[in-house]
Amino acid sequence: MTAYLECLRGIVAREWLRFVQQRSRFLSALVRPLLWLLVFAAGFRAALGIAIIEPYDTYITYETYIVPGLACMILLFNGMQGSLSMVYDREMGSMRVLLTSPLPRAFLLASKLLATALISLLQVYAFLAVAWLYGVQPPALGLLAALPALLLVALLLSALGLLLSNGIRQLENFAGVMNFVIFPMFFLSSALYPLWKMREASEWLYWICALNPFSHAVELVRFALYERLAPLALGVCLGLTLLFAVLAVVSFNPQHAALRRAA
Amino acid sequence: MPRHRLATAIAGALCCALLAPAHAATAYVSNEKDDNLSVIDLERMETVATIDVGMRPRGLALSHDNTLLYICASDSDTVQVLDLATQQIIKQLPSGADPEQFALHPNNKWLYISNEDDALVTVVDVESEQVLAQIDVGVEPEGMAVSPDGKWAVNTSETTNMLHWIDTATNQLVDNTLVDQRPRHVEFSLDSKRLWSSSEIGGTVSVVDVDSRQILKTINFQIKGVHPDKVQPVGVRLSADGKYAFVALGPANHVAVVDAKTYEVLDYLLVGRRVWHMAFSPDEKLLLTTNGVSGDVSVIDVAALKVTKSIKVGRYPWGVVVKP
Repeated sequence: MTAYLECLRGIVAREWLRFVQQRSRFLSALVRPLLWLLVFAAGFRAALGIAIIEPYDTYITYETYIVPGLACMILLFNGMQGSLSMVYDREMGSMRVLLTSPLPRAFLLASKLLATALISLLQVYAFLAVAWLYGVQPPALGLLAALPALLLVALLLSALGLLLSNGIRQLENFAGVMNFVIFPMFFLSSALYPLWKMREASEWLYWICALNPFSHAVELVRFALYERLAPLALGVCLGLTLLFAVLAVVSFNPQHAALRRAA
Repeated sequence: MPRHRLATAIAGALCCALLAPAHAATAYVSNEKDDNLSVIDLERMETVATIDVGMRPRGLALSHDNTLLYICASDSDTVQVLDLATQQIIKQLPSGADPEQFALHPNNKWLYISNEDDALVTVVDVESEQVLAQIDVGVEPEGMAVSPDGKWAVNTSETTNMLHWIDTATNQLVDNTLVDQRPRHVEFSLDSKRLWSSSEIGGTVSVVDVDSRQILKTINFQIKGVHPDKVQPVGVRLSADGKYAFVALGPANHVAVVDAKTYEVLDYLLVGRRVWHMAFSPDEKLLLTTNGVSGDVSVIDVAALKVTKSIKVGRYPWGVVVKP
């Protein structure tokens, strides 16, 4: 048991070191959603308020609406960044060092997911703190209630990242992940606009957004931030996290892409 | 022994008082297009009943003992009296045509009613149901207030843009004060020294000195991201502690919070669409707003100056009162 703990501690510590040493990464993780909040949302503003939707009890500004989506955006980028660092570790060989550990591979990978998720949470709360100062103030208890929701979403997106990294042959392909995973997931979700608004635009757009797992992630966090439980979103997030994690572990191949090809 | 029983009774009553929830009050909201009132339980924060009343109910006022509710049924050309215990309409007062707003004199007897179409203020004795006087005022009378000391009744005329000062001792018009365009609502400070008057088209609130009947200060409103044309002040409420004035800004969907001493605008609170009138809960911890277009009532936490909830009511809620 202590071996497991020691191993987990080591992996988390390594992610932590990577995090503190890459201050620009932390900054960019914070600046990205802040730009959306301070520039994009400010332009939109909707100072006259948007109609009441669950879980909000009253009229809200657009800034208030997009904060949960932007918190999830941090997790989405970090999850994908995690996949990038997986590919990097694999190509540079440090992944094989990790895998020399006698512990089961599934545990090692799960620790890796958890480590990425924990680091992401720090960034999310830093963002929520700035949003609070900017005037988007969910109830204090909601900020606490959002912790497990955010952790689950972080795990979901890192598991997805890990799964994708298994399919990425080269570092350069990461741009493809950006184009074909991050952007569609983010834009075709309830992060920026409520689903009823999407439905007004078109029915099929609405269905794409409603089926997008990222929408469920955003709604889970949004409801939690306002002290509510979204059972469907919770179910979807739990189920998909398990599914992605299992698939990622099964399809995991630590070998260097070049070696793989030779074999 | 009886003394002992009395003590027990008092102790019991005290316990009940302490256990009673903080907001055990009831709000009544007039729904202009539904011809009814929505009843909101402020403990549960939801609409619990509706009461059918006359056509196009607008202004509402409670009798000072909180047993009767006066309702301006504008299109029925009457002021209805609702007994709150039985929830039955017990009287229809001869209000004159199209009553919109009114104010009850501190003597709990004289009701000053503005008749929008007739350029009149009608004074009715609510007990004898007799019209005591009809006073000519400006065109389209709307806002109505009686000073807490009972000396003044003030009416606003939307087209003449004036405050009309009526001496309640004689029921004669004695003075006028010109204010900005389309004065909608007037509200006296508790000490009867200041009168706050909102101008819907002018977009301002004037604070008037009662003794000199001159404007002391005109307050302007600017909300970031909202076109100035949408800033149309209507309802005004002053907190009893003299700290705040709240001004409902109509289609700007915000309530302005004004420092009642320095007349500085402190904040704008986002509520539902086209906010018109407001009422405090008895402990003044909550302020309710009627949002006509969105058909709901927003609840403001006065201590935190935050909107905590919006409660669905009928179509085009207009007036609101809260009974303890």
